[in-house]
Amino acid sequence: MKTIIFKTASTYLLPLLILFSVFILLRGHYLPGGGFVGGLIASIAFIIHSFANGLEKTKTIIKFHPGFLMPIGLAIALLSGAAPLLIGQSLMTGLWFDEPIAVIGMVGSALFFDTGVYLVVIGVTLTIIFTITETI
Amino acid sequence: MKGKNTFTFFRNLGFLTLKKKSPISMILAILSGFIVASMIPLMSKFIKGKGSILIPFLPLALFIYFLTFLPQVSQGNPIDFFYSWVPSFGVDLSFRLDGLSLLFTLLITGIGTLVFFYTYSYLKGHVYLDRFYGYLSMFMASMLGLVLSDNIMTLFIFWELTSISSFFLIGFNNEDPKSRKSAMLALSITGLGGLFLLAAVILLGYVGGTYSIQELLSQSELLKASANYNWIIFLLFIAAFTKSAQFPFHFWLPGAMKAPTPVSTYLHSATMVKAGIYLLARFTPVLGGTAEWNTTLIIVGAITMVYAAIHSLFRLDMKGILAYSTISALGILVFLIGLGTEEALLAAGVFILVHALYKATLFLITGIVDHETGSRDVTVLSGLRKVMMPVAVAAFLAALSNAGAPPFFGFVGKDLIYEATLHFGDWAYVLTGAAIVTNICLLFAGLLAGYKPFAGPLPKQFEKVHLPHPTMWVPPLILAGLGLVFGIFPSLIEKSLIQPVFTSLVNNDTIIHLKLWHGFNLVLGLSALTLATGVLLYWKLKPSNNLLRKTFKFEILSPKTLTEQFGNLFSNFAKLWTGFFQNGYLRNYVITILGFLTLLLAFRLYQGVNIYIDTATLTDVTIYEAIVVIIMAASIIFTVFSKSRLVAVASLGVIGYAICLIFLFYSAPDLAMTQFSIDTLTVILFVLVIYNLPKYKSFSKKRVRIRDGILSIFFGTLIALLTLEVLSEPLNRETSKYYAENAYILAKGKNVVNVILVDFRGFDTIVEITVLVIAAIGVFSLLKLRLKSIEKE
Repeated sequence: MKTIIFKTASTYLLPLLILFSVFILLRGHYLPGGGFVGGLIASIAFIIHSFANGLEKTKTIIKFHPGFLMPIGLAIALLSGAAPLLIGQSLMTGLWFDEPIAVIGMVGSALFFDTGVYLVVIGVTLTIIFTITETI
Repeated sequence: MKGKNTFTFFRNLGFLTLKKKSPISMILAILSGFIVASMIPLMSKFIKGKGSILIPFLPLALFIYFLTFLPQVSQGNPIDFFYSWVPSFGVDLSFRLDGLSLLFTLLITGIGTLVFFYTYSYLKGHVYLDRFYGYLSMFMASMLGLVLSDNIMTLFIFWELTSISSFFLIGFNNEDPKSRKSAMLALSITGLGGLFLLAAVILLGYVGGTYSIQELLSQSELLKASANYNWIIFLLFIAAFTKSAQFPFHFWLPGAMKAPTPVSTYLHSATMVKAGIYLLARFTPVLGGTAEWNTTLIIVGAITMVYAAIHSLFRLDMKGILAYSTISALGILVFLIGLGTEEALLAAGVFILVHALYKATLFLITGIVDHETGSRDVTVLSGLRKVMMPVAVAAFLAALSNAGAPPFFGFVGKDLIYEATLHFGDWAYVLTGAAIVTNICLLFAGLLAGYKPFAGPLPKQFEKVHLPHPTMWVPPLILAGLGLVFGIFPSLIEKSLIQPVFTSLVNNDTIIHLKLWHGFNLVLGLSALTLATGVLLYWKLKPSNNLLRKTFKFEILSPKTLTEQFGNLFSNFAKLWTGFFQNGYLRNYVITILGFLTLLLAFRLYQGVNIYIDTATLTDVTIYEAIVVIIMAASIIFTVFSKSRLVAVASLGVIGYAICLIFLFYSAPDLAMTQFSIDTLTVILFVLVIYNLPKYKSFSKKRVRIRDGILSIFFGTLIALLTLEVLSEPLNRETSKYYAENAYILAKGKNVVNVILVDFRGFDTIVEITVLVIAAIGVFSLLKLRLKSIEKE
């Protein structure tokens, strides 16, 4: 599958798809999208790249094992859920900043939670697919 | 003067504990065994080396702690400790220290202390000494919890924990297959009893409306009148009989003797096997006194005590002799509780202590003999008094207390038993006869284990045998000495220990008197008869291999053989069953699941369906929808009939995308997006796996394909029918309406699906992503670990 067209396209597709996935993640609270879909799109971006250029190349781009994203994502999701406890509210209460932030819009604990989901999904998908690719 | 001082000392201690009656100290005391057991693996080197002498101080400290409650309890004031554990289930850590519990706690911690010290020398330098101490501490804690719990649910939990720690201890020599088998057998039997106990506990709680033994006590009449009464006592009896090795569940106990001797002493003679007795005694005031209760216990107890006592005559292994005489003694206890008169219950209370003292001594001595000479065969051993005098003294004292010779504590105990049986109405002579036969055999067994190895000439091979470390021979000497002291001065424990035990058994204020000398009467005559016949039997009957072999003929009918055969049958059946359904082929699992579901759904539909399609409300079919459906149908045909795996997988992907389009048409963009990504990934995964498989000419046989096709068509049709039926039900939109209305107000989001995921049902999402992570780790470790092992080859 290592054709020149595919290879060239994949190098441009990777950043574009990742950007798109972040976009999907951020708009999730108001429009179709969210951390789960975003994470899947980002994973597909890396997988396309690995198909075109070989797994080794993709790995050098990511630099670390994608499995590490799993605990990081879980921790972010858990902490954002536990954060309200610090100010005396019950677990998983939604907290929001009063003013919207430029580009991103309203930021609240739900966004961090979704980011956690996003990272976990990337970690899980890439770990499974990379492991299978390497083994078989 | 000195005695008075000690008394004030104890009273002061009692006063101290009165002042701070917080449940924390009691809970800590009970759990300390678990805490120590969990810490031992962290310090295993230290425990195996210099630290090993420290562990025995745990039971010693606990013994002293419980002793401080003696003054208060002996005044007739039980002490309650309460801590709410799982209030929603009515499970509390509530503990009650009354006479019966105190007797058991003192036995557990007291004999525990001696056994722990004994172990220090017995297993010195053993590779698994740390584990052994860990299991032993765990057992001690469970047993304490068992006898102190006022809540029967916690009592059940501790009951199971004793079975589990017993399993570990019996199988301690885990390289020996016999040892492992015995451990399994003991766990199966006592575990089975545990299940019955759980059922009894639940039924008791259901009928009585409470799990507290104290509160059940006031419900006694209600329980006895209940229609479930027979069930409750049946379940309770099975639990007690399995744990306390009553016929026909007795056979696990001789097998349990594979454990190191400290374990046999502690678990399988002095404490754990008495848990069943404790249970029966504890529930006597609650459930006892009915004909069903008394008759069953008398019959089972009598059969057990006579059967096991006669069995003990033929054994040659010291441990075997003691095992059967222990079963017999437990039978006596069940029998006495079954008699249920005040005299009998007093006899039971005293006999628990009598038996614990002499039987633990004899077991410890067996351990010493085995440790020093390497043999436990009574036909080989003799003359050992010449090389280990203190041990011989302890053994002889214990044998005499066991024989019920005056002035030993055993004499007091046996007198009480005869008095109880003699005063039992019509059946007095039969019951007394059974008790006499049992006692004669037990006396014989005691002499065989406690006298024979030490009497007579010393054979050459044992001349180099020497006395072990004092931590080994002092404990049996202490126990045997107590048997003598309590016999001469029964007043020492009459008021302080036995009276409260008696009070908690009969639940009234009768005052008891323990006496060594009752004057010349029938009971004394019977005692003399027992002694004389027993000694005569000892001179006449010489145990030998031939005699033992004669009993083998009856093995085939014994409960043990029957149970083992049943076990084998069951395990073969399980192998067949599992082999059929869990054969490792993915397709078989899928067929089983789908087939079962199809049957279930078909049955449901057979009972009547309510399908109703309102054609008026349906929208017109658009051209897009029609095209998508055609694409789907075409892909399905491609998938089924394609000759290449890759084509099939790709066609499956197309079906997935078509479903995405349908989602999109019916305004579920979130669902469509997710489905789209998932489908892409699924196809990639399939390709990755399938790409490297060898190419087949044909996938499967025609027959198999037809079978799969029929199943699929049925399943699909049924699901379609089910969906239609769901549609015809009136929809309850309350939940979705709530979400839709409150998504922005409460969670500041306009995308309801996403708000549900990250906010309303965020907890579910956390659990889901955790499951995803676990799956990924599973895939990773499965594949990577397998790869490593292949690389090694």
